[in-house]
Amino acid sequence: MSEKPTLKKSDFQSDQAIRWCPGCGDYAILAQTQKVFPEITEKKEDTVFISGIGCSSRFPYYMNTYGFHTIHGRAPTVASGLKLANPDLSVWLVTGDGDGFSIGGNHLIHLLRRNVNINVMLFNNRIYGLTKGQYSPTSELGKVTYSTPMGSLDYPFKPTQLALGSQGSFVAKTIDKELKHLQSMIRRANDHNGTSFIEIYQNCNIFNDGAFGNLTDRDTKADQLLYLENGEPMIFGNDKNKGIILDGTRPKVVEIGKKYSIEDILVHDETDSLLANMLSNFTAEPDFPEPLGVIYCSERPTYDDMMNEQMLKAKEQPSQTLDDMLNAGDTWQVK
Amino acid sequence: MAKKVNKETLDNVTIRFAGDSGDGMQLSGGRFTQTAAIVGNDLSTLPDFPAEIRAPAGSLAGVSSFQIHFSSQEIHTPGEQPDVLVAMNPAALKVHLSDLKSGGTLIVNKNAFTPKNLKLAGYETDPTEDGTLEDYYQSHFIEMSKLVKNACEGIDLSPKLVERTKNLCALGVLFWIYDRPLEPTIDWLKSKFKSKPEIIKANTNALNAGYNYGDTAELFTTRYVVEKAKLPAGKYRNMNGTLATCLGLLAAVEKSKMSLTFAGYPITPASNILHTLSNWKKFGIKTFQAEDEIAGIGAALGAAFGGSLGVTASSGPGIALKGEFLGLTLITELPVVVINVQRGGPSTGLPTKTEQSDLFQAVYGRNGDAPTPVIAATTPGDCFFTTYEACRIAVKYMTPIIVLTDGYLANGSEPWMIPNSKDLNDFEVTFEKESESEDKHQPYKRNKDTLARNWAIPGTKGLEHRIGGIEKENVSGNVSYDSDNHELMTHIRAQKVANIANEIPPTEVFGKKKGDLLILSWGSTHGSCKVATEQLLEDKYKVGHVSLKWINPFPSDLGKILLNYKKVIIPEINRGQLCYLIRAQYLIDAIGLNEIKGKPIGASTIVKKCKEIIDE
Repeated sequence: MSEKPTLKKSDFQSDQAIRWCPGCGDYAILAQTQKVFPEITEKKEDTVFISGIGCSSRFPYYMNTYGFHTIHGRAPTVASGLKLANPDLSVWLVTGDGDGFSIGGNHLIHLLRRNVNINVMLFNNRIYGLTKGQYSPTSELGKVTYSTPMGSLDYPFKPTQLALGSQGSFVAKTIDKELKHLQSMIRRANDHNGTSFIEIYQNCNIFNDGAFGNLTDRDTKADQLLYLENGEPMIFGNDKNKGIILDGTRPKVVEIGKKYSIEDILVHDETDSLLANMLSNFTAEPDFPEPLGVIYCSERPTYDDMMNEQMLKAKEQPSQTLDDMLNAGDTWQVK
Repeated sequence: MAKKVNKETLDNVTIRFAGDSGDGMQLSGGRFTQTAAIVGNDLSTLPDFPAEIRAPAGSLAGVSSFQIHFSSQEIHTPGEQPDVLVAMNPAALKVHLSDLKSGGTLIVNKNAFTPKNLKLAGYETDPTEDGTLEDYYQSHFIEMSKLVKNACEGIDLSPKLVERTKNLCALGVLFWIYDRPLEPTIDWLKSKFKSKPEIIKANTNALNAGYNYGDTAELFTTRYVVEKAKLPAGKYRNMNGTLATCLGLLAAVEKSKMSLTFAGYPITPASNILHTLSNWKKFGIKTFQAEDEIAGIGAALGAAFGGSLGVTASSGPGIALKGEFLGLTLITELPVVVINVQRGGPSTGLPTKTEQSDLFQAVYGRNGDAPTPVIAATTPGDCFFTTYEACRIAVKYMTPIIVLTDGYLANGSEPWMIPNSKDLNDFEVTFEKESESEDKHQPYKRNKDTLARNWAIPGTKGLEHRIGGIEKENVSGNVSYDSDNHELMTHIRAQKVANIANEIPPTEVFGKKKGDLLILSWGSTHGSCKVATEQLLEDKYKVGHVSLKWINPFPSDLGKILLNYKKVIIPEINRGQLCYLIRAQYLIDAIGLNEIKGKPIGASTIVKKCKEIIDE
């Protein structure tokens, strides 16, 4: 939007006291959202935040828009129904790794598959916060928690990979500490017509502090983060001297300068689903950097648009009144 | 030479069509029903089919049946023991013969009595050969497969497809016996199989072959006439419970001018509601096949938040999954209509059989103090009025509401006097208007009379607010953990449901207004109880009948009515769930009559029990 926004950040701040733990990553995400919204909408009455249960799901109470704090894992269903009833609304879904992938896994995959025009912000802190520190479906194998004193036995999801596997049409990743990047991902999600999925790494400083420390620590992060830019080579590192190449069908991290030049480095293409699948697989692989940015973006007809088309087509049928319908079929008169 | 045929007039007849799942018995029954309706009989039907789509051919498990009771008088049940049994194979005969009245008419497809089929049904000898049937029944062993084969000679159809027309042959025989016109069925075939002239021809020939067989075979010497029923004056059509339910929803849309969003997950016997509504998009009805039962009600609730009437439908096990969302709907006070087409339970239970055992689930099945209005339909046609009223109340009181029907009501049918849309209760909807005020919108500000909160929908300027499952402060809607507020809100939610009693018309008592015994029914037991009451009154017993539609809240005059009788009996297809509620609410010693056999309780069972109670 080129013109000056008519709304301010404060217009999106509700009067409710925020009850997250001091130091929680959620504060940063809330602040960036409130900051971006005046740029992306002139009508806050058309904005609805919907959430499930968990720390992240308190989010709607703090946004001065319409909001619905629903039940554990089920926010996608409520959001879908709302969007079905009124496709003109801008619907934002806030969920977490437990809410979205554990109890609500079924709904999230179907939302992505249907491509309802809803924006999903999934706060991934790799732990259960509100229930006080059990492992989550994104916790690393062997995680020692209150419910797994000898280490967890289940393998984690890679969220962006799951989103791609569910036919997500927009899949992105960012992190609570990278404020500008976070803002830009919110803008991009808003621009996308279809289900937009943003995984946001978020630090739980109480139960899983430092889970993303290597990605946020000033000394290490440049070597750990790969910022994706559409049409740009995949370069990272403190000295911008590392890159990704394809060795056959396998990605490889190489050093630029000696054997490889910048021309050898893979160029990011947001519309390439093979590339997206490869990038989503980097997560938690020790040899690879963590890709941040839009991993995949490719528009296809949305559920809302196709539903609208069917509704319009149905209206072309001969019109009937309620009484016509009541009197349809074989009837007879009793005198 | 024409044979000599007698004509006899009967008041009412019950026919049961029985055969293999693939024999088309539901279709034969359906066509006989439609013709009875057009002739002007009163009627009531009971389809009964296995849960398996195609159980092994010829097996006992694969038997499907359809019963129709038609009459020249007013009737209220699909009948008990049939006068006529059509058995298309040995398994059907084995399963249903014991129900046939002694001396009743038995019509079988002789060609299906092969050694293999006899063995599958567990017959050691062929009952059509060993003389065991003729002594007890007017038995007609007709070679239907052969008849249709001859009738369809020259038509370009596979032998398998020709064989399939034998259900029309059986129908033709019955149309001859009961002197019914063939044209409605032929017209129906023509419209149903528009693009398949061979199918139309073959079925029409099979129908005629059956009819002509009746006309010429020496075995049939009597034709029966069941005259038009003397129903109250008006325009009628045949109506089943599923269509009536859908029309009730449509009426809600048209009268309220609201949009309706239906979200559901396929489940027997509720799926046909989704099928029907998905064809009605031109009325602005949106349907959503959700990924599961939970998503079904979730989407309905989301739609309600957005200002649409949210509706979902399921059956017992699916309703169990919706429980948590019912609680959220209740605490956020949004209008969602939840239709439960009850079936045999618990768990998967008997998916295709009827039962009334989800009453406790409807009244109590949620965590917390979670009062939810519950309304039950009493007849297939009544599903229309019940569903319409449920929608109206849900919106007026801003509440979830549970509509109880059941497999028998959904699939059963009856002549239905077509209402005029003008005569339905007014249905007004008010959304909060845009506001320029600096003051925060108060989502839990209430209507003084109903206690319903206001409905402010997203997209409306100045009314931005948040709702959710955490307890809210009354009026402001802010999250509140305050203990006094929680108690207040708990009472308000209960009082709001109690206030719905103001909407319930005075209870009608059929029969004696005071007396020895009150028969209290709810839902689909209405018909059997009404017939039982008629018989008891004829036998000079001092009985009355009350048919309950509202279970939560109860009608406010019910307590007084109960006291007008020495005793109260409550027939239900469960272990006594209404009986428990009535005993708890009114502290009376109500007596249960409980039969849980997957089908309606017979009127004769009720009469017998009532006489025992009064005479003891």
